Order: sequence, then structure tokens, then C-alpha cells
Amino acid sequence: MNKVPGALKIAFRSMLRRKFFTFVSLFGIAFTLLVLLIAAAFLDQVVGPHPPESRGERTLYVERTRMSGEHSTQQTDSGYGFLDKNVRNLPGAENVSLFTMPDSAVSYVDGRKIKSRLKRVDGAFWSILDMQFLEGAPFTDDDDRQARPIAVISAGTRDRFFGGATAVGKTIDIGGQRLRVVGVVADVSPLRNLIAADVYAPIGTIPGDAWRGEAQGNFGALILARSPKDFPALHTELRARVKRFPIPDPKNYTTFDVPADSIFGMAARGILDDSRSYGDTPGLSPSAKLALILAVAALAFMTLPAINLVNVNLSRVLERAPEIGVRRAFGATRSRLVGQFVVENVALTLVGGIIAAVLASLVLAAITASGVIPYVRLGVNYRVLGWGLLASLFFGLLSGAVPAWRMSRLHPVEALRGRAS
Amino acid sequence: MIALEGVSKVYRTDRIETLALDGISLTLGAGEFVSIMGPSGCGKSTLLNLIGLLDEPSTGRVLLDGAPVATYNDRQIARLRNAKIGFIFQSFHLISDLTVLDNVELPLLYRSIGAAERKRRALAALDRVGLSSRVHHFPGQLSGGQQQRVAIARAIVGEPKVLLADEPTGNLDSQMGDEVMGILHGINRDAGTTIAMVTHDPRLADATDRVVRMFDGRQVQ
Repeated sequence: MNKVPGALKIAFRSMLRRKFFTFVSLFGIAFTLLVLLIAAAFLDQVVGPHPPESRGERTLYVERTRMSGEHSTQQTDSGYGFLDKNVRNLPGAENVSLFTMPDSAVSYVDGRKIKSRLKRVDGAFWSILDMQFLEGAPFTDDDDRQARPIAVISAGTRDRFFGGATAVGKTIDIGGQRLRVVGVVADVSPLRNLIAADVYAPIGTIPGDAWRGEAQGNFGALILARSPKDFPALHTELRARVKRFPIPDPKNYTTFDVPADSIFGMAARGILDDSRSYGDTPGLSPSAKLALILAVAALAFMTLPAINLVNVNLSRVLERAPEIGVRRAFGATRSRLVGQFVVENVALTLVGGIIAAVLASLVLAAITASGVIPYVRLGVNYRVLGWGLLASLFFGLLSGAVPAWRMSRLHPVEALRGRAS
Repeated sequence: MIALEGVSKVYRTDRIETLALDGISLTLGAGEFVSIMGPSGCGKSTLLNLIGLLDEPSTGRVLLDGAPVATYNDRQIARLRNAKIGFIFQSFHLISDLTVLDNVELPLLYRSIGAAERKRRALAALDRVGLSSRVHHFPGQLSGGQQQRVAIARAIVGEPKVLLADEPTGNLDSQMGDEVMGILHGINRDAGTTIAMVTHDPRLADATDRVVRMFDGRQVQ
């Protein structure tokens, strides 16, 4: 009864009265957690459900294909032919969008050369993503089917082509095509590499027809599920369809795989570039591997400052020995003392976590304002804060358990004499 | 109440073996006020630690209410200390980060008692030692005599049957020492609390019911 509030009371009084110890400890804790929070904020920016991928948590991403044979393996992006036949009509999906990976395209405006990332997308792209339209409106599936020469451009593109003036109704010449602007959207961070582009045009505007039948090419797909719970069924159906699909190059390859990943899984597959993680390969998925690597990295990063805090805490064992002796004399059990000192340490690390969260907000705001990463809006949101809280708790337990155990093992008589060994 | 039967205590280091107590047999009866005297290093404090279940004998038995303490585990002994024994130390051993009130409440933290009841009992104990006006002070803001009175309040707040005082007036001047002794005699008389007190002062010892004299780890009287 009242164990935790009592321990917290002592913890905060102890912090205030031992200012130097508190400063040294909080400095180490706050710096460690600051770095972790900034790393978490970047990771969240890449894989978190941020606009325009607010529905990212129930979206599967199809990007790569892989063919393997006895002598070689080939990995490349998906082709329109495969995606149109097997993914667009996937049962159980709420909506599916096909799009190309961004191509670099060149334009000349008033003698200036402008390089843009040109992406071809279908009408569903605008339904699945919540792009912020600053002008006009998205194009539709009918525009795509009719191959209407129109485009939605980003705000940055509007600035480069039209000096920031209204763009809807005007035309741009890009990649040898003249496209009429029907909408302008807010810029998307390049960290959202599958979605970000400067110019979005209907898929139908791609010159020629050869791409329509390709199994491998320059395409990807978004599969919007009704719920993340539907992911396993969608995976199963897609895998069955892939197995039935004829291998594009049966002379050289014996297997053909097209995985669908969560946004984190896609990032993991990209980062780890793990050629063994396709199909029914046993073992950890890329997501699990990356999560494990990140957890181990975070743990390794926390270990050194945690050891430092353990040492600082252990040096305080001597200082607090009489208190431990008194508590033992008046009836504290060893487990009760362990609980008290762990709560004290967790309280200290939580204070460090709060300081780190405030500092991280300032640092992230400065990074955002600097424009080092264009259009990115870094910040400490509830997810990052949740990770920070988890890291603080873990750090507190990691650095508090050993000193707490050591303190609880002190012999009461020796402790009362001020001896900590 | 508490009995020691043929108790010896040996401290061992890598090279030295020290016999701190040698075959002590002693009984503390209910309501007794016993003083333990002897020169420095004769084993008085060791004896008090064994009576207080803070240490275990190397040989012999300690019995509390007729039951051998050696049969209890750490958790049970902690409960026994909490319920039946109160400690008063020469150097007070108050926790500097806690207020007077919180220090006195400390033994009750290890019982299932609500905050309001803990506070009520702690205030009553402080009233008993005449320190009701200092409840929100920190130990460092009090005189030595006041600190020892807080320590006495802490020792009696749980209404233990036995009070163990290790030179409770050792760090006090004679006037404050007399005040503290007055409080201890009052507790012994009014509540019937058994008290065992280590002291060097024959004047204080003479005022107790019985004097146990120690020399070189042995009981000589």
C-alpha cells in the first residue's frame, strides 16, 4: 500500500537534495534518450502513418519482384501486366492503386533546365492517399483510361515552373509531353520515397503499350485493406496468385515471387536488401529482423550510459547504507527495498525522459526549419513519445536493477555502520 | 519475551577470527528495563543486534516468544522486527531526505496501514515525545536531542513489545540525555514495553531494573 508514491516522494526529494548527483545522472540519461528520440522521430517519419499515408497502418505495399534460378537471382520492380491482372482485383482489398516509381524528367522553362521526379498514377492513388490539394482536384480512373494529358504537380514544382502563381489550367512540358495542370498538392517528404514526386500524371500517358503486359518493370501498388487483420488473407491470396502466374523467364529461373509488405516491412526489405526473405522462406521476416536490429542497436546505445548510471548508483550505496540499515531494522524486506530503489531510478530516468522530449522537440524543429531534408516535418508525436517512455522505463530498469539488488543484499548491521560491503 | 541460549558470535575474515560473543544466555522478561554495560568492544552492540534479529548467532539459539528465530526466513524475520521490535540508535539514523513526520511513519510503511492512519499514529508518537510542533522539519533542522526524540517516536510508533536502544544518550549532553531517559522510562512504565539499553553511564544503568555486564564477549553479571 502506498509503496510507489512513497518511493517517488523519496526519489524526488533525494534528487533535489543531491543536486550534483542529479545533474550528472540526468545529463547522461537525457542525452541518451535525446539521441534515441531523434532516431525514433526519423524512423517514425519514414514508416509512421503520416499524411499522405495516414492509412499506412492498413496499407500493403507491393514493390519488388524476385526471380531465382540455379545460377542467378534477379530483383526488380513489379510490372504493370502482373499487377493489373493479379493485384488490382485482389479479393478482400478495399482499394488498390497502381503507380510507377518516379522517373527523372527534364523540362526547360525560360531557358532554365528543371529536373523533376515524374510519377504515373491511377485514379485510386488519390483515394488511398490523403494528399493535401492546394489547388484544383485529382484526376480520375477515367482520365487514366482515356490517357488524358493532365497532371497534378507539387507546390515546389509550381514554384519552379510558375514562380508560385496559380498553376491549374496552365501546361507544363515534361519528358517530351505537354500536360495540363489540374491540381497542385503540398510537397511530400522524400523520406516517403514510394509516394513523393514533383509531377503526377495518369498511367495511360506513358508512351507506347509494351509496359501493359510486363510482369517486371517500373511499377508498384498500394493495397488498402479494411483492417490490418485482413493482411494475412491478402498475403495468402496474393501468394496463391503469384504461384499460378507463369514465370516470366522460365529458361533461366525457377521461382517468381512478389511480396506485399507493410510500410515497415517495405522499409526493412529495402534496408536489409535480403534476397532470402521472399516467398515461403523460413526464418524471420524482414520486419522482424529490422525490429530486432533496431532493438539491439537501441540496447547497445543505452548500455554504456546505463553502466555509467549503475556505477554512479553503486557509489551511492555507501552513502545510503545507513538508510538501508534503518529500513531493514524497521521491517523492510529485501524485495521491498529492490522495488523502492528501482522506482526511484525509474523516476529519475522519467525526469530525464521529459527533459529529452523537450530537447528533442527543439532539435527536431531546428532540423525541420533548416530544410536539410526538404518538406519533412519532424516532431515528437505520441508514437515517438511512447517509444521514449518505453526507452526511459527500460533504461531505468536496466540501470536501477543492479544497484537495487546490491543495496537490498547489504547486511543490516553493516549497513547501519555505514559499510556497503 | 526474548531469550538467548548459549549464544556465540564469531566474525571471520580471510585471516582473522574474532569471537565477539561467547556463550551468552540471557532472558528479557516482559516489561523489563535492562541495561547492558561493559567496555568498548566487549560485544554489547553485537548482543543488541542479536536480540533485535538484525544478526544471527554463530552457535546457540535466539527465541522470540518461545519460538526459535532460526526457523524463520528473511521475510518472516522482517515482519517480526516490524511488529515486535523498535530500535533507537546512538547516531539517531534518521533519513535526511524525509521530514520528521515521514521518518516517524517509516515502520508503518511496511504494514498494511492507510496514509491517514499512519499520519495519525505518527503524530501521536511525536506528541508522546513532545515534538508535535516540528513535524514538517527535516532532521538537519533539529538539535541532537530533538533528533533522538524523533528516533524514539519512530521506534514506538508501531507499538512494539521490545525497544532496543544502543547508547541512546551517547551523542547528547547530560540535560538532553536525561530528557531522553525520562521518555524511555515513561514508555516502559506506561506501555509496559520491554527495553534493553546499551550504555556506558552507570548512573543511567542504575536507574533500570537490571544491569547485564559484559567483558570480552562474556556475560560477567
